[in-house]
Amino acid sequence: MTIDLAQFHEMFFQESAEALDTMEQTLLQITEGTVEKEQIDTIFRVAHSIKGGSATFGFTGIASFTHTIETLLDLVRTGRIGITPNEMDLLLRSVDVMREMLSAEQYKRPLDEQAVADLQDSVKAVIARSSGAAPTPVPAPAAVEPGSSVPVPAAPAPAAAPGAERWRIGFRPGENLLARGNDPLRIFRELSRLGEMSVRVDAAGLPPLAQLDPHRCYLNWNLELAGPREREALDQVFDWIGDDADIRIDAPVIDAPVTPAAPRAEGSAVAPKPAPEPMPAAAAQPAPVAPAAVKAPETRAAGGEAPKAAPSESTSIRVSIEKIDELINTVGELVITQSMLSQLMVNMDGPQSEELRNGLGHLERQMRALQESVMRVRMLPISFVFNRFPRMVRDLSQKLGKKVELRMTGEQTELDKTVLEKIGDPLVHLVRNSIDHGIETVEGRRVVGKPEAGTIHLNAYHKGGNIIVEVIDDGAGLNRERILAKARERGLIGPDEELSDDRIYNLIFQPGFSTAEQVTDVSGRGVGMDVVRRNIMELGGNVQIFSNADHGSTVRIRLPLTLAILDGQLVRVGREVYVIPLVSIVETIQIRREQINSVAGGRAELLRLREECIPILRLYQLFEVEADTTELDDGLLTIVESDGQRMGIFVDELQAQQQVVIKSLETNFRQLTGISGATMLGDGRVALILDVPGLISLFESREKQARDDRQAAVRHAA
Amino acid sequence: MNTAQAMMAGMEAEARTDDVTDQFLTFVLAGEHYGVDILRVQEIRGWSQVTHIPNTPEYIHGVLNLRGTIVPIVDLRMRFGIERIANSRTTVIVVLRVTQGERQRTIGLVVDAVSDVCNVGDSERKPAPDFGASAQTEFISGMAAIDDKMVILLDVDRLFHSDELAVVDAAAGSRRSG
Repeated sequence: MTIDLAQFHEMFFQESAEALDTMEQTLLQITEGTVEKEQIDTIFRVAHSIKGGSATFGFTGIASFTHTIETLLDLVRTGRIGITPNEMDLLLRSVDVMREMLSAEQYKRPLDEQAVADLQDSVKAVIARSSGAAPTPVPAPAAVEPGSSVPVPAAPAPAAAPGAERWRIGFRPGENLLARGNDPLRIFRELSRLGEMSVRVDAAGLPPLAQLDPHRCYLNWNLELAGPREREALDQVFDWIGDDADIRIDAPVIDAPVTPAAPRAEGSAVAPKPAPEPMPAAAAQPAPVAPAAVKAPETRAAGGEAPKAAPSESTSIRVSIEKIDELINTVGELVITQSMLSQLMVNMDGPQSEELRNGLGHLERQMRALQESVMRVRMLPISFVFNRFPRMVRDLSQKLGKKVELRMTGEQTELDKTVLEKIGDPLVHLVRNSIDHGIETVEGRRVVGKPEAGTIHLNAYHKGGNIIVEVIDDGAGLNRERILAKARERGLIGPDEELSDDRIYNLIFQPGFSTAEQVTDVSGRGVGMDVVRRNIMELGGNVQIFSNADHGSTVRIRLPLTLAILDGQLVRVGREVYVIPLVSIVETIQIRREQINSVAGGRAELLRLREECIPILRLYQLFEVEADTTELDDGLLTIVESDGQRMGIFVDELQAQQQVVIKSLETNFRQLTGISGATMLGDGRVALILDVPGLISLFESREKQARDDRQAAVRHAA
Repeated sequence: MNTAQAMMAGMEAEARTDDVTDQFLTFVLAGEHYGVDILRVQEIRGWSQVTHIPNTPEYIHGVLNLRGTIVPIVDLRMRFGIERIANSRTTVIVVLRVTQGERQRTIGLVVDAVSDVCNVGDSERKPAPDFGASAQTEFISGMAAIDDKMVILLDVDRLFHSDELAVVDAAAGSRRSG
């Protein structure tokens, strides 16, 4: 049977990535020394399923690595090692390495094999130490004699009373059992927890050594298990194997007082043990160790690694984003059709028009509800982004020798997946900054009488159609004087200029601005805050900073909930209607002739407004459309702002303010400077959405070109 | 001859015409006949008001809302350097699916009128004549004589591929850097 496994790769990578996230989070929840059974089981399950999957798909490197991790985890699980900071570190680093290995396979990227090998070695060292006298566990090919039955007395199994039922289990694994990452020994161990068990191997299928393929499993086993257990418990153990083996479980026979589970090896046939027989986990867990593994059988669930244990399995489904977008698209269309109908109704008269109008009213409400719920499908809780921070804060504070506690609130606040994906990096940057610049050292904090551990608080909440994300620290706050000095030094402000606190704090968003005395590899290179701000602006949001000397600072990010909808102001120029995002509009005013200064021989116009000079952009000129008027005092001037830069856009008329569904121009056309997309109006027409930063740069480059042309003309004339 | 027989005869006649036939939608532009592969045609719709797109070549007529997607509309007269005329009752937009590299796009063509759907066999199809360097011919996939008319068969993918007409310029040179 040959199936093209490649078709499942994508799913495997996705699931593994999610599983690793879970593993990391669970690891971080573990407080030193006390490991909850639940936690270690979760982690173990992750390692096991990644191992199984990677072995199935032939990613042997990953399988081997996860196998080592699994061995370590098993030792933790059986209480043979505790999780000290050292193990925690190893495990966390292993998560990183596994991530890297997976993405190396996924994107066919080169992998730092050495780093993997090094880590694997240190994990093995820990395993070896804890195993003490036991033979080096990995890889120890000859550690298990498959011939010797594994007597696994379930020491305190109370159920295995004399006269108990005995299950007879015939276990005939398929040849590929090992290749799929299953390990017979673990199954036996799991079974032995259910009651007293004896195992007999049937090695009749074993080929001569020369023909032996070490990746295949040739052995069969006959098991006898005492204990009046539910059949279900047995099934659960074998659940993991699935169709890989032929499992026959015979109804229990009532037995006379237990025969001691003596080794009943069918000795001679198996004695020449083939050396390269790999038996992955069997090797890791040499037979003599096995009894120790069942020290506390009552506390363990039999199906610890059965996939059924995942509780949330049936409550969600995985849907491709295209399907959702298609749905959103169709609903968007419906909304437009509905508003077209409503507009038609306005001029409708007649006996039934009232009923029709009522019906349309209902339709409108339902449409809105439908649109909202469809939009919500794309929404994910911000915890997807927040979850990376515990690890980061831990690593970074260790590196910097600071004590930092992370608090997170509002993790369940939902926002659009696209926004979510883009907000991660800016937030990482802000948190890094807070740890590096904001939070003081332990001594520093002691001096000013603060608790030794600083706090970073990530907070998210909804506010009026926006999501607010705050990064709050209780560190030293922004150093007002240093920022001022730095700004003067760099000539950003005049030597005697005095600024309000607000404006001073905003200076740190200037490109290349850093007040860190020392450039560290954490931060301080001055690339950062400007990028943070630009990323957030590109998402249609904004960022504010508040600071209080010695009490810490707060960075507040405001973002739209979704990139699919935008609050827009419709403006008309001649026959065309454009949408200006409301977030970039400062105000719209009527101007008088005398407020305008013409410079450069009338080629550029500036509006004097409250001590500020604002360049005027005549939209009809830039876009080459026919406007109602070219007289500035006849139309309206919409003042927009981007990156602290203001500009007045000259339009004929303001129309409605409304939420518009953003459509990409790129899908069938291409990206255009100054235009971020398009939307459908109620009458079915298309209106372009203006991109204010792009518009400003387009305007400036046009002005510059015009200037250059004039200069060239002057030179030519001369 | 009853209807069924007539149908049979018709089908046989069709089957006999040629071993490999492609169907082409033909349309008229300034008196000339053009044909596009019918499998590329998504729909034909009446002319409607489009939204002007600033700073684009003149043959980009604008964009249209086609059931939720924004579709650019190309004035084929302008594209071929033919003088623009006022829209008549027969002016239509032929909506095509175009492949560009790995992307599929939908583009509308404004033409004077659609005329017919024709079968063109391999044997009837002649290569495009060589006009020398003076004329662009890379988007002409061939010529075919149908009912005494010469039909110019267009390769729609190439129509939007040549550099100067990069309607669907994937690189989008004007993309903002920041």
